[in-house]
Amino acid sequence: MSLELKNLYDDFRDGETIKAFAKIINEDSKKLKSPINIMEVCGGHTHTIMKYGIPQLLPKNIKFIHGPGCPVCIMPKERIDHAYVLSMHENVILVTLGDMIKVPGSNGSLQDARAKGADVRFVYSPLDCIKIAKENPNSKLIFFAIGFETTTPMTAALLDTVIKRDIKNIFFHINHVTVPEVMKELIDSRDVHVDSYNNKIDAFLGPSHVSVISGSKIYEEFPRDYNRPVVVAGFEPVDVMQAISMIVKQFIENRCELEVEYKRLVNYDGNIKAQDLINKYFEKADLFKWRGLGNIVNSGLKLKEVYKDYDAEIIYKDVLPLEEIEDHKLCICGDILRGMANPPECTIFGTACKPTTPIGSCMVSSEGSCAAYYKYGNLI
Amino acid sequence: MNKTISLACGNGGEENNELISKVFYKAFKNEILEKSEDAAIIHNGELAFSTDSFTVSPLFFPGADIGKLAICGTCNDLAMMGAKPKYLSCSVIIEEGFETRELEKIVRSMKKELEVNGAIVVSGDTKVVPRGSVDKIFINTTGIGEVLKKGISSNNISEDDLILVNRDIGCHGATIFSTREGIEMTSNLESDCASLFPQVKALIDAGIHITALRDATRGGVSAVLNEWAKQSNICIEVEEDKIPVSDEVSGICEILGFEAAALANEGTFVLAINKDDANRAIEVLKTFEPCANATIIGKVTDEHKQKVILKSSWGTKRFLDTPSGELLPRIC
Repeated sequence: MSLELKNLYDDFRDGETIKAFAKIINEDSKKLKSPINIMEVCGGHTHTIMKYGIPQLLPKNIKFIHGPGCPVCIMPKERIDHAYVLSMHENVILVTLGDMIKVPGSNGSLQDARAKGADVRFVYSPLDCIKIAKENPNSKLIFFAIGFETTTPMTAALLDTVIKRDIKNIFFHINHVTVPEVMKELIDSRDVHVDSYNNKIDAFLGPSHVSVISGSKIYEEFPRDYNRPVVVAGFEPVDVMQAISMIVKQFIENRCELEVEYKRLVNYDGNIKAQDLINKYFEKADLFKWRGLGNIVNSGLKLKEVYKDYDAEIIYKDVLPLEEIEDHKLCICGDILRGMANPPECTIFGTACKPTTPIGSCMVSSEGSCAAYYKYGNLI
Repeated sequence: MNKTISLACGNGGEENNELISKVFYKAFKNEILEKSEDAAIIHNGELAFSTDSFTVSPLFFPGADIGKLAICGTCNDLAMMGAKPKYLSCSVIIEEGFETRELEKIVRSMKKELEVNGAIVVSGDTKVVPRGSVDKIFINTTGIGEVLKKGISSNNISEDDLILVNRDIGCHGATIFSTREGIEMTSNLESDCASLFPQVKALIDAGIHITALRDATRGGVSAVLNEWAKQSNICIEVEEDKIPVSDEVSGICEILGFEAAALANEGTFVLAINKDDANRAIEVLKTFEPCANATIIGKVTDEHKQKVILKSSWGTKRFLDTPSGELLPRIC
């Protein structure tokens, strides 16, 4: 018998297993001394939680705080405007990943740019850029690279190929960000606001795909220095239920540890080859502006100085706008990305701001919390 | 409405509905059009009338081609109103340089599919436009059908009805998307493109009490259910694990981040059938080769009017929303 795709996920969506974990969690939760708030950092987890109705299975003293881990949602308008301007530039093909083409900047989205005649394309794999560049030798292909640790190696692999094959018409606009820095920012900044919101983050669910690349080691400091347990979890409902159960057990047994639920692919060190590739081409940018969260030190990546000939931000710096842009006044995406508000608390949620006419970034991407709430509803 | 028309306006979902209601309905407003049925019912309820244009890319894909699609699309809209497709028009816009051999191949599949429906093309038009003005070939067909069973309507569904599908869903959308994106995999995935009149006729002949039928084309099964929930002012509650989805389609959905219920179909329809007749309708459908998985997927309630609720096997509930936006892959 050959292995089919469904063999990989069927067991992890099994209703009976989900119910069994719900029972364990509900029993264990009675022993909790105080309620716990778990932040799922990644938008993919938010999506799983809402799609499979997981809050409906949990006791009242366990709550989710939705985190900022959606690369499209955290993209500030300034950088979307960069993409827009580049796409409208003569002879440019702007290539990016999925949902990015829907996010509105101050002039519109990449979709709007495309409707006005810009050549905007999306790819599943950055390596598809090579084919596009080859078919369009007289155009300049700019890859607008987005994503966390998960997608960075693919951008590095593309640059690696471009250099090795001496391809002259592929350039990069880098918007890669990293998870641990924003987690620290959320803990630190929250101490200022925590009284008014009263929703302390007690534990984290770490996204498994990030750790497939970076290993579980990137979260070591959270139990050690911040007294927050972290469980690295997969994206299927059984994974999430099991990870919650592991967190609850840590609390009732007075432990505070880094644990891995997603043992089928995550180990301590991660994918060293991918990490080497990233380190070869990228270095930490001093600051990266996150939508709603502002500048976070060391949270972004940029191309190393020696690769500046491939860096669209340097090559096109004369045409790229620099001014700061304020978010929409009524939009509370900032608070939502900080995990301080839930989407339905926003006055324009579902009225002025919908997936078809998004105002805030959290409504744009299918991984955003607002989109997940809008799409799946709240039937508790 | 946005200032310019985006691709999302043609998705069969929310933006598409907005375009239709704010531009076309606004201008053309009349009682027949406003019923929003798959085909207009005219001439004292005796005739069904519908039109559809076909722009699929690629033109040839596993399971069908644009020619078969152009006949099935219009004939199925007629069949969904309980009508027998009779007379069609066929209008083509061809890009300069298109190969005659390919055109002949397309027309041959149209002829074959007309025979399945017992319909004939009685009027036509041909335009050739300069290179780049259309993508290879666009086809429009318009059809007239004879209503065999009156009173089928998406506006009359009630708690007396059960919701059924005639087969596993999402094959057409999954096939087109994977062909278009050049996703290579070993699978038997092919479009479900088929004429539905024979199935509808069998249901009518068996005396099944049909409340409503709708083929789940763009926007898929979730668009149909949401349209019905709104048109009939009801709540439709669907059991997620009852919806038949093939392994191939769920595999594509897994890779690209789609929901099978939002994928387009060309030979799949949703039925609202009176409770007493639902099991018999399934038996009738199962006599057709592609319908081995015909099944009851849900019921009508008054819990959340105008909404569709999806129930999981572990007891949680969520909305099944009208698809919106362009079909895009998720990024991580």
